[in-house]
Amino acid sequence: MLDELAEFRAETRAWLEANCPPSMRTPMPEDERVWGGRHPVFRSPDSQRWFERMVARGWTVPTWPVEYGGGGLSAAQALVLKEEMRELGCRTPLFGFGISMLGPVLLKYGTPEQKAEHLPRIARGEIRWCQGYSEPGAGSDLASLQTRAEDRGDHFLVNGQKVWTSYAHLADWIFCLVRTDTASKQGGISFLLFDMASPGVEARPIRLISGASAFCETFFTDVVVPKRNLVGRLNDGWTIAKELLQHERGMISEIGRAIGATVPDVDVVARHYLAGPDGRIADPALRDAVVRHAMDDHAFQLTLRRAAEESEAGAANGGLSSMFKYYGTEQNKRKFELILKCAGHAALGWEGDGFSDDELLICRTWLRSKGNSIEGGTSEIQLNVIAKRVLGLPD
Amino acid sequence: MSLLLNDEQKMLKSAARDFFGARLPVAALRRLRDDDDADGFDRATWREMADLGWAGVLVPEAWGGSDFGYTGLGQVLEEAGRTLAATPLLSTALIVAPLLAACGSATQKDALLPALAAGERLGALALDEGPRHAPADIALRAVRDGEHWVLDGTKHFVLDGHVADELVVVARSAGAPGDAHGLSLFLVPATAPGLSRTRLRMVDSRNAARLVFDRVRLGADALLGAPDTAFATLDRVLDGARAGLAAEMLGGTLEAFERTLDYLKLRRQFGVPIGSFQALKHRAAQMFCEIELTRSAVLAALTALDAGDTAAPLLASLAKAKACETFELVSNEAVQMHGGIGMTDAADIGFFLKRARVAQQTFGDAAFHRNRYATLRGF
Repeated sequence: MLDELAEFRAETRAWLEANCPPSMRTPMPEDERVWGGRHPVFRSPDSQRWFERMVARGWTVPTWPVEYGGGGLSAAQALVLKEEMRELGCRTPLFGFGISMLGPVLLKYGTPEQKAEHLPRIARGEIRWCQGYSEPGAGSDLASLQTRAEDRGDHFLVNGQKVWTSYAHLADWIFCLVRTDTASKQGGISFLLFDMASPGVEARPIRLISGASAFCETFFTDVVVPKRNLVGRLNDGWTIAKELLQHERGMISEIGRAIGATVPDVDVVARHYLAGPDGRIADPALRDAVVRHAMDDHAFQLTLRRAAEESEAGAANGGLSSMFKYYGTEQNKRKFELILKCAGHAALGWEGDGFSDDELLICRTWLRSKGNSIEGGTSEIQLNVIAKRVLGLPD
Repeated sequence: MSLLLNDEQKMLKSAARDFFGARLPVAALRRLRDDDDADGFDRATWREMADLGWAGVLVPEAWGGSDFGYTGLGQVLEEAGRTLAATPLLSTALIVAPLLAACGSATQKDALLPALAAGERLGALALDEGPRHAPADIALRAVRDGEHWVLDGTKHFVLDGHVADELVVVARSAGAPGDAHGLSLFLVPATAPGLSRTRLRMVDSRNAARLVFDRVRLGADALLGAPDTAFATLDRVLDGARAGLAAEMLGGTLEAFERTLDYLKLRRQFGVPIGSFQALKHRAAQMFCEIELTRSAVLAALTALDAGDTAAPLLASLAKAKACETFELVSNEAVQMHGGIGMTDAADIGFFLKRARVAQQTFGDAAFHRNRYATLRGF
């Protein structure tokens, strides 16, 4: 089996080298990401070419079945692909909540019709999805959500408001938690899919501390949703919602790293601003802070690798996704705080010619990183989950 | 390089778990301390461990060893760490045996390796001279006198130094303290004239000694490996010691953590288990994360040593630094979360706190290894 994997690695390497354009092997600024959708944006012909080649191979979603547009790879093969892409610096060809969040739960809970309708379009980047979870009164206490879906015979009628809906103003469809029963808190929630172009849907972007507007307030007024768009059973949406959150947590810790990847590593920044004549970090206190960070990062990367190997060997530890979300996002925040300390006021510019592109990017990304430990379940919620599920501490 | 244990290593771990739980529980260490045991460990149990192949884990089969490698020994050490078992595993199996295997002559290996693997003789490495680990800060002098060598100086904190039969002494044969070059290794029998040994009473009730060498005269055959150039081999074996000790510390950390979790579920205040309080839950969950990171670092270091990977020194420093930080955190929190009972000698948890600090200072603490890691990475 190891030989087969080695063979797969060699083939994959050769294919990537032949098919990934050189300009797609550079760190990717956030605004060059490809999200697909009805109105896809490609910043360069290479970007589109790379996207199309990966779609044709099913490698936008490497582990999904081939019949749904996936690559049909085993977890071990997918890890090899990921490692080889990282080794060559290949960009992720397609981003989206359809890939990272909705897809995995549709594969498990979707009807054959739902899978056939939605999965291939996610794999090919034809539909861009957003997530309707949080509401003004339902953040960490997500199950108290109030957006209603009334049964109107052949359809549901949806009314209410979501908030922190990432990229809702750019999305084509939404997967949305709605209340279908008021008698039970968790037991009255259902999981619905609907088109954002439906009459009665309005998304308003929210300006964040970083100046960006990736999140929206989203309003639903008498939105008509066909009954076939209910995933799972009526009032059984909480199970799906929680499972999807696990995928989201994995994705956010990944995204933290992916965004971080366009910003230089802490030790590179530290040497740039603080190097002595021998090229080493001259300030002993900052050198110690940099090495602490680098060692924690190293141990964290080893833990990600160990978890992937354990999962492949069938010994997956369920509590680890909360751990990765918690630790990965907190570590990412520490990374940016440390970069700020090393770069001094050079990294505190908001805009203009007085700062390099990297310096401006550091500042905006530092502000963005604060959200990583809030979105997808706060750090405090992750610690609660670890305490309860992994450590068995009482409520 | 996989970070999963193979079947042999899993079996070894499980056998060690059963053995230490049954034969050397924390109560055994308490008894050694309370009885003021002269040896500081139980010789009969050590021979049983040798029969299981654990004394010779790093000894090649040709010399009667079991050759399970560092990952295998790491599993035994982790389980020994859970019960704070006082044995010569560190001094003899983890350090002196691989040092001899690495640079001993055929005669030296034939004379000693089988006896070490059989649990018949004990070894100890006489290295550090100051209060902190500093493997190049060696002042103990080795001077040639015709066909002989003469050793003069003092060694501090020699693990199992007062019970060892054979000492491996790191001596300066050239250069000045602080130089990596100019170090030589010598095999010195414990009975050598001019050598005096004083047992140190450490807070963790484990064995260490101060050794004074007063014109100790040795034959040419006492030299272990080539003169002046011992540092590279020594540092490689020390990396094994660091990774192996980190495995022991991981075991101690896990046990202290699990005992604390049990206490949080059991102890009631305000009518509820104290483990239901978020202030404690969150700290427990944070400890869990640090333990998982430490576990990965330890496994990676052990695996790299077995594979002869060039990253082994970096990973050994990573493992030891994380083990030090995590054991310090968990041992402190364990006492705090046990409340008043954690301050009593009757409760075992204090033994973990004491062991943590001594193990932290053995073969380099977190600060030593952060500095070494930074230097290796060019920071």
